Order: sequence, then C-alpha cells, then structure tokens
Amino acid sequence: MRLPVLQNGRCDCSPPPAPPASPAPPVPARRGMTRRGFLRQGAAAVGGAAAVGAALSPLGKLAGMDHDVFANYFQKHYKEMTHEEMEQALERIRRDVERRFDVPATVRDIKPMDGVEFVYALNLSRCNGNRRCVHACVKENNQSRSPEMQYIRVLEMPMGTLDLEQGDHYYDRETVPDDQHFYLPVQCHQCANPPCVKVCPVEATWKEPDGIVVIDYDWCIGCRYCEAACPYWARRFNFAEPQIPAEELNASDMGYLSNRPRSRGVMEKCTFCLHRTRQGKLPACLEACPTGARKFGNVLDPDSEVSQILKTKRVFVLKEEAGTLPRFFYYFDERYPRQLEVPTPGPTADSTGRTGGGA
Amino acid sequence: MSEYIRFLWRCFRISFAGDWRYHLWMTGLTVIALIGLNAYCTQFVQGMITTGMTDQVSWGLYIANFTFLVGVAAAAVMLVIPVYIYRNRDLHDLVIFGELLAVAAIIACLLFVTVDLGRPDRVHHLLLRFNFPTSMLTWDVIVLNVYLLLNLHICGYLVYCAYRRQRPTRRFYIPFVFIAIVWAVSIHTVTAFLYVGLGSRPLWNQAIVAPRFIASAFASGPAIIILTLQIIGRFTRYHVSHQALMTLRQIVIVSLTIDMFLLGSEIFTEFYTDSAHVASTRYLYFGLHGHGALVPWIWTAIAFNSIALLLFYLPVSRTIRFLDLACILTIVGIWIEKGMGLIVPAFVPSPLGEIVEYTPTVNEILVCVGIWAFAAMLYTIFVRITIPVLSGELTSDRGASSALRGMSIDHHTDSFVQG
Repeated sequence: MRLPVLQNGRCDCSPPPAPPASPAPPVPARRGMTRRGFLRQGAAAVGGAAAVGAALSPLGKLAGMDHDVFANYFQKHYKEMTHEEMEQALERIRRDVERRFDVPATVRDIKPMDGVEFVYALNLSRCNGNRRCVHACVKENNQSRSPEMQYIRVLEMPMGTLDLEQGDHYYDRETVPDDQHFYLPVQCHQCANPPCVKVCPVEATWKEPDGIVVIDYDWCIGCRYCEAACPYWARRFNFAEPQIPAEELNASDMGYLSNRPRSRGVMEKCTFCLHRTRQGKLPACLEACPTGARKFGNVLDPDSEVSQILKTKRVFVLKEEAGTLPRFFYYFDERYPRQLEVPTPGPTADSTGRTGGGA
Repeated sequence: MSEYIRFLWRCFRISFAGDWRYHLWMTGLTVIALIGLNAYCTQFVQGMITTGMTDQVSWGLYIANFTFLVGVAAAAVMLVIPVYIYRNRDLHDLVIFGELLAVAAIIACLLFVTVDLGRPDRVHHLLLRFNFPTSMLTWDVIVLNVYLLLNLHICGYLVYCAYRRQRPTRRFYIPFVFIAIVWAVSIHTVTAFLYVGLGSRPLWNQAIVAPRFIASAFASGPAIIILTLQIIGRFTRYHVSHQALMTLRQIVIVSLTIDMFLLGSEIFTEFYTDSAHVASTRYLYFGLHGHGALVPWIWTAIAFNSIALLLFYLPVSRTIRFLDLACILTIVGIWIEKGMGLIVPAFVPSPLGEIVEYTPTVNEILVCVGIWAFAAMLYTIFVRITIPVLSGELTSDRGASSALRGMSIDHHTDSFVQG
C-alpha cells in the first residue's frame, strides 16, 4: 500500500518508480463491520489458529504429566534446600526411578567428609589401554546407553609426545597394549580452579569442599557454556532422553549429586563416584582396572598412597598452562613396567565418536 | 492509560492493513515462522538430538546466528551517532528505523539463545541464582535485555508522542539515546567476551576478537540498514535521500577496512608463529588431517568481503546498483565469518585433539529460518505502524490541536539540533 508522503519527493535512490498505488485501504474502521468483513476476519482467525495448532502439534508427544511435575518445577537449588525438602526431592527421585525402570531405588544425598580432599593419580607406565575403566564407569554411574555416553576417554598415544592431536580415540586392537604406544585415560580432573564453574550462569555446578566438581541436574538449564569452557572435554550433554535397560540400572546406590538418572537437556560429568568415595569406597574405574594404574585417596592424609605418590614420583598434570590446577595427576613409574606383563584381551573400540547429535 | 491501550489496539489493527503485496509478504513470513515453530516443538520434545551438535561441537548454528544478530542490533548506533552527536541532517529522519531494527534484532537474539537451551523450561533459574558478575553469560543477559528496553523506550516514546501530536520532552528520551550509544558497544563487547574468556579455545582466546566483532558489526549492520532503507523508500513514500545512503556507505567503508586489517593481523599471528595454537585456525582455512568442511565457507566469506571492500573503494559504489551489491557481499561475508567461521572451528579439534565436524540438520536450519522470518515480520510491523503515525495519518482523535497537525519525525531531532 501507499503510505502518505512525509516530506516531498519519493526516494530518489530507487530507480524505477513504484507502480501507481491502488487506493490505500483506510485504517480499519473502529466500529461497524459488514457481514462479509466479519466472515473474512473470522475465517482468517480460524485459519491462523489452526496453523498455530498444527505448528505446535509435536508437543502432543510430550511424556504424560505426573503429580510430581509441579513439585519438581519448583524444586530449589541444591544449596537452598532444607533437610525436609531434600528428603522430599529424594522421594520423588525414587518414585521416578520406579516409574521409569520398575526397580526400587536407594537414593541418598551424601555430604563430603571433613578433612578430606580427593586426588587421583594415574600411572601411565601401567595403563595398557584395556578400557575396563570406561565401561565400569558407564555401569556404575548410569550413563545413557543410547545415545551412548562415556565420561572416560582413553587416548592411544605414540611414544614420545603428549600432543593430544596425535592421539587415537578409537583404537581397536585384538590385544592391548601395543608396543609402539602408551595409553592416556582422560576424565574430569576436578580442577581446583575450574573454568566450567566460573562460566555457569545459574550456579548449577560448583566445587564441593572435598574438591569434587558437581552438577545439580535439576538446576542446569542446558546452555552448554561449561562444555565449551572445559579444557579436558570432561563434560557431557544429554542430547536426548537417556536410555538405560532396567536390568543394567545401578539402583542400589544412587547419589543426588552423582549417579541418579538424568533427564534430557542437562549436563553431567565424572564425580569421582562420590556416592562411593564419600563412604570410604574406591571409584568404580579404579576397582575395574586390572593393571593397578589407578590410585585414589585423600591428599590431606600424609600417609595415603596418593600423598606418597605426589611426594615421591615425578607427577604432572595435563595442560598445566591452562591454570586449572587439576586434582588428577599422571606419572610414569618404570619399576614395574607393563612390558613385562602378558597382553590382556581388550574390549575395544565400541565407543562411538559422537556422543550426541543426530542424523 | 486508556488512551495508550487504544493506541496499542490501533497499532494492532493497522498491522493487518495493507495492499496485496503487504499481505503476501506477511503471510509468507507467518508460514515460515510457523514452520520454524513446528521444528522447534520437535526439538523441544525429542531433545537437542534433532540438531547437528555433539559433545565435541557443542554450539552451532543457533549461537552463530545469535552472534551475528547482536552485531546487527549494535549497529543501530551507527545511525544514532551521526544524528545526535554530529547532527547529521541527512540521517535524522531515518534514525528511528535503525532503532526499530535494533529492537527486532535483539528479540531474534534472545530467541536464538532460548532455542539453544537444553532446558528452556528452567530459564527462571536465572532469576533465582544469577552467577553475576562471574559468568559472562549473565552479563550478556543484562546488556541484551537493557538494550532492548532502551530502544523500546526511545522508539515507543517518540512514536506515541507523534500519535498524540505532542512535542517530545527532551529529558524523557535524550539521556536514553546517549546511554544506548554506549550500551550498543557493550552488547557486542560482552558477547565477544563470552568467547574470549575461554582459555580452552585458542581460536577465541585472543584480545583481538572483541575489536573485530565491533568492526565487522559496524560494517554489516549499516549495510543491512542501507538495504532496508531502500526498501522502505521503495514501498512507502517515505523519503530516503541519496545523501543518507552515502553517509552510511562511508561508515561501512571505514568499518570494513578496519575489519579486514584486523583479519590480516589475526592470520599473521597464527600462521607465522605456527604453534599448537594454530590448529583451529588451520582447520578453518586449510583443513586439518583431511577434514575441511569449513574451508569453502571461509574463503567464500573472505572473497565476498574483499570484493565488497574493493567495490566500496571504487566510485561506482556511489551508484545504487553497485552499492547494493557491495552491501549484500558484506552482509553474507560477515554472516559466514561470524557464524560458521567463528563459532564452529573453535570446537575443532576438541580439547582432547579429536576432530568431529559439524553439519547442521534440516530441523535446526528450519528453526533458524523461522526465527529470521519472525524478526522480519516484527520489523515490518514496526515500520508499518511507525510511518503513518509519524506522518500524522494515524493520530489520537482526542485533544488534537490543528496547529500541530502534520508534525513529523524530524521534530525530535530538530529540537535537539536547534537547542
């Protein structure tokens, strides 16, 4: 339509003049409406509503609402919940596990112990790349089997370099180890100066007093800023509703901040199995390791094995220049090298490259 | 108050009135926007698995478009500064169209961030535990929303005054205009800092990124405004002078020159040093270990921007046809470079040295196109309402004084320029 002239002259920049305008329809009349106009507007309104309805139709497939929806929606941040509110939240998680998996669950909120700061040490001379740790972790921590998610990534590195770009993430061998390579498992380093915690806009992730970086899965908004910030690629996102076969679910020992089931659209990560380690047990990855490469303990206890390793071995951390101060140390200890061992059969490259994303 | 509600109601009604071209345009945009909404609903139900993003490349097209549109929104100041600081007479009738463009662009930005969230149903958590000032994302939430409010206030106030045939009171809007100038720079700086602050991503972790954001925004934004103003001049009888376009052309030339200079500095630093730091940049420009999905894109962008710069330098760009060509090349070039060129390669290789390439899915592209269509629809409606109000056709029918009849947009700047 032609709109009134404001200043004389039309745009002198557009070469061809616009075709003569049809008479401008008047600004809609305020009152009084012809029958035809009414029918036309009514039809337009109905058509518009139908189009919007069609656009919104996928929402019909949303999972049915249950009576916990409201309580979950208004659930407070982990640090703001009272003891009673936490008990109610744990009860809702139990109900949810029973509904989804039809198994009874034990869910607890286990607090850090006083005077404990956890540290992990990994002997690269012992690790033979068998990936038992990866799969024990998946099982223990109820990671999604479809889409497949793993917290631990083992890199097969050529001798003589720590340049991660030269590592092979998908090595697939009959037997491990390969003589020309060493194996570098990477998982969350539970940094003392964690970049992921710094960037979270809603404080859904934080550092616990025992040094473990945790996530409140019910508070995370899924912006994935922490995933972009992590220099160790330790964080994972639930691109779809996580699928776990009920018989594989670890329901007997669930922690609010660790291995309870997650929903789609939130971040998760390694928590040093805090539901185990805060009760004096060892992480699942360590228990599964057949080589003895993994060592875990309280660094504040001078007699612990990890304290001794930090004191006596030449330990190093990955990407020290990133300034993240990891609690995950690597070292080489050639007194008991793996070269003296018989090779172990390796459950190998069943890890897929993409842990999310479609088509 | 009731008069204001009546004003909004009349604005609503007039946004449905127009000739067949207007209806065709708006119907087309509505259909595209609804297709986008449909695609988003699928994503909402199934999760982000419907996108091409992975744990390795965890941000994609959504954040890329967001970044580009923040620049478009910020570029509105390139109309405001000449008018309010240098008292440029050619642009002062047009400044409101830049501000309205900023409003539409910011709304699109907020939509792009929202569709990128895994749990959009939890956005209210931002109000309950806001990690300010530590998280740069919280800074971005603040600057973007305040910038939206500033521009809504300035445009809304001036348009409503024109509707009531009142002379705008300077102290009710001039201070906000100057705050908005500073704020425009802040939205793009903060958005750049979102990326710059991440030590794990060498491509982003460089001081030059924020200045380059601003330079490229002040090239692509005014280029969009040049095209938009011509469309307004073509389809309404609103006057857009050639001189106004030439002033904007100057702005694009300077900004694009600075942008290209900064690009050269970046490339030199990376490739001459040739340290491990260069991996992402090498992936972007030449490919890495046989993976090079972005290589054709970035060279297209560089070619477009170079040709555009050359055209701008030549006198032919004073003619509309070449000016438009140069503007389109600039916009497309910077869109590629700010999107695929800046966001995606920062994730390749991953921090553990793994190369996973990113290809957006159809569903993801539909969501993006839908948001763009929605923003175009909003802007069309804004312009549709603003022009008759400012030209005195749509005015309050109460207390109208005939002496003020015909008052137009230039009064608010006139009073400032003369005062």
